[in-house]
Amino acid sequence: MAKLEIINLGVSVETDQGTKQILRGVDLTINSGEIHAIMGPNGSGKSTLAYSIAGHPKYSITQGQILLDGEDVLEMSVDERAKAGLFLAMQYPVEIPGVSVSNFLRTAKTAIDGEAPALRTWIKDVKDAMESLRMDPAFSERNVNEGFSGGEKKRHEILQMELLKPKFAVLDETDSGLDVDALRVVSEGVNRIHQDNNMGVLLITHYTRILNYIKPDFVHVFVDGKIAEEGGPELAAKLEAEGYDKYQKAH
Amino acid sequence: MSQHGLSEHSHGSFVPLQIRSERPKSTSVSDFAAIDSRQDLWRYLDAGQLKGLDQDVLAEYEAQVSFSSIPGVETYWLESSNEIVGSVGTPEDRVAAAAYTNASKTLVVRVTGELSEPFRIQINGDSLAPSALHVFIEAKPHSKSTVVLNYQGQGVLGENVEISVSDEASLNLVTVQNWSADSVHVSAHFAKLGRNANLKHTVAAFGGSLLRVTPITTFAAPGSEVEMNGVYFANSNQHIEMRPFVDHASPNCKSRVTYKGALSGEKAHTVWIGDVLIRVAAEGTDTYELNRNLLLTDGARADSVPNLEIETGEIVGAGHASASGRFDDEQLFYLQARGIDELSARQLVVMGFLLELLQKTDLPDIVESLSEVLQAKLGQK
Ligand SMILES: Nc1ncnc2c1ncn2[C@@H]1O[C@H](COP(=O)(O)OP(=O)(O)OP(=O)(O)O)[C@@H](O)[C@H]1O
Ligand SMILES: [Mg+2]
Repeated sequence: MAKLEIINLGVSVETDQGTKQILRGVDLTINSGEIHAIMGPNGSGKSTLAYSIAGHPKYSITQGQILLDGEDVLEMSVDERAKAGLFLAMQYPVEIPGVSVSNFLRTAKTAIDGEAPALRTWIKDVKDAMESLRMDPAFSERNVNEGFSGGEKKRHEILQMELLKPKFAVLDETDSGLDVDALRVVSEGVNRIHQDNNMGVLLITHYTRILNYIKPDFVHVFVDGKIAEEGGPELAAKLEAEGYDKYQKAH
Repeated sequence: MSQHGLSEHSHGSFVPLQIRSERPKSTSVSDFAAIDSRQDLWRYLDAGQLKGLDQDVLAEYEAQVSFSSIPGVETYWLESSNEIVGSVGTPEDRVAAAAYTNASKTLVVRVTGELSEPFRIQINGDSLAPSALHVFIEAKPHSKSTVVLNYQGQGVLGENVEISVSDEASLNLVTVQNWSADSVHVSAHFAKLGRNANLKHTVAAFGGSLLRVTPITTFAAPGSEVEMNGVYFANSNQHIEMRPFVDHASPNCKSRVTYKGALSGEKAHTVWIGDVLIRVAAEGTDTYELNRNLLLTDGARADSVPNLEIETGEIVGAGHASASGRFDDEQLFYLQARGIDELSARQLVVMGFLLELLQKTDLPDIVESLSEVLQAKLGQK
């Protein structure tokens, strides 16, 4: 049983116009095996929260804590966080020319586990994972994300999650840009890892469609840098019908 | 190719330059004006960086050269007055002319058969006195060989390397420049290919304050193929300049030119000027040249200019591409977010980018030792 706690988190970013406060006291606790969905308007700070958990250097922490099983995550470097079991499926995965997917996956796996995976089982694991995500085996010889379509990039993120087996995964709009088949395939992947490894999930999305496949235990409404309301799956349906107006007016 | 400040330039048309074939040739230093950055050939350099290689008088370099002895290769020093010297190519610039005039002896490497192992020439310098060397490599008809020129130690060396690849011969030539940080090496390569000949030409440039290689391949007869590859890595204040030229003077020949470079550190500077000339006679030509550079830090600069000049339309294909991109914070973050630490992330990117070309030499020991050199260079600024 693992626990990821975000306590009163404040985050700012440096802009040309000066420091801009984006997160304003976020409180959120995720236990192993739980699925939390975050929904909120554009620009409300969802990706900022995701990046802050992963440790992107662009964001400065102004207040609060992030704890993983009581350990101070904010003290860890980006790679240490990944090694501790945190994973971020990015909204916009970057291209890395010159590094093949297979080399990248093996290097990441070795880094996370602290030892190189046994070659034979590893090759099979990669092949099986790619197959279940309906990825052409040719992708392993291509450079990381280079020339991948939007949907292919998202599948590649989930492929990494499947192979690296994190304790907690933050999925930042993994469903955006996926066609109906890909949405199902990717959702199945998330559910599989969630079940097999008792992974905790923080799912950032704009659409209730993905929630038909990945059933959240909790739904959080994210507005203006903090959580405005929390509830069960029924809250997602309500948001879809009513939008975010009432939260923004209240502000 | 991507969003990360990478400028891409890739198409099948050409950027004409002055007629490449008309560049003046001479073995006499006085036929070339004093070096000046207003001259196109030297525009990226300061004459001072040559550390004296543009002088009239240079020292001999014979004593610093050693080589193995294996069946199928004849090696000896020859008076440079011999008629074979200059028969493959003659200097097109002042430094090459100075080296030509001052190397009174020429190292001849003649491959007569199919070699069972690579033939290795070791150049191990120990002084910064400006010096001259002339090497003449001849691959006899039907021979098959790998020849390695390995430069290390300390040196300020001006050099001409003539490479004759006879009919049906196949030569895999690899030069490794891994000099001390204060060294200078300016080398002109002249390769001439006979009928159905095959040359794989690889330049690996890593150590030295100034490394400049101008390899020219001339197709003198039909049906031949050249692969010209180059790998370079410039750290702070290093200047590495590569100017490959393929002269398609005969029909039905194929050339592939691929150079890749990485730069890391303040004032790391690389220059790549890739020229291809397809003459009227060269029907059925198939050519492609590519240069890619990876900037690992701010303050580094990569110049890259492909030139393709086509005098006949009857060709199979002609293209070029050039791209210089940076390894940026977003890429670093992505790799780190997958558990890979910063140094390993840089190594992963640079090794993946550069080693692929070195592996084509089929020389695992060189790939291995250069991997170590690369690791060390990555740790430097
Ligand atoms: N480097 C930056 N410079 C200026 N503003 C920034 C920067 N980074 C983030 N912001 C701003 O912070 C706010 C939150 O951005 P964030 O990407 O977290 O939103 P989001 O909730 O993920 O939105 P979306 O639903 O569109 O993905 C936005 O207004 C954004 O413009
Ligand atoms: Mg976002």
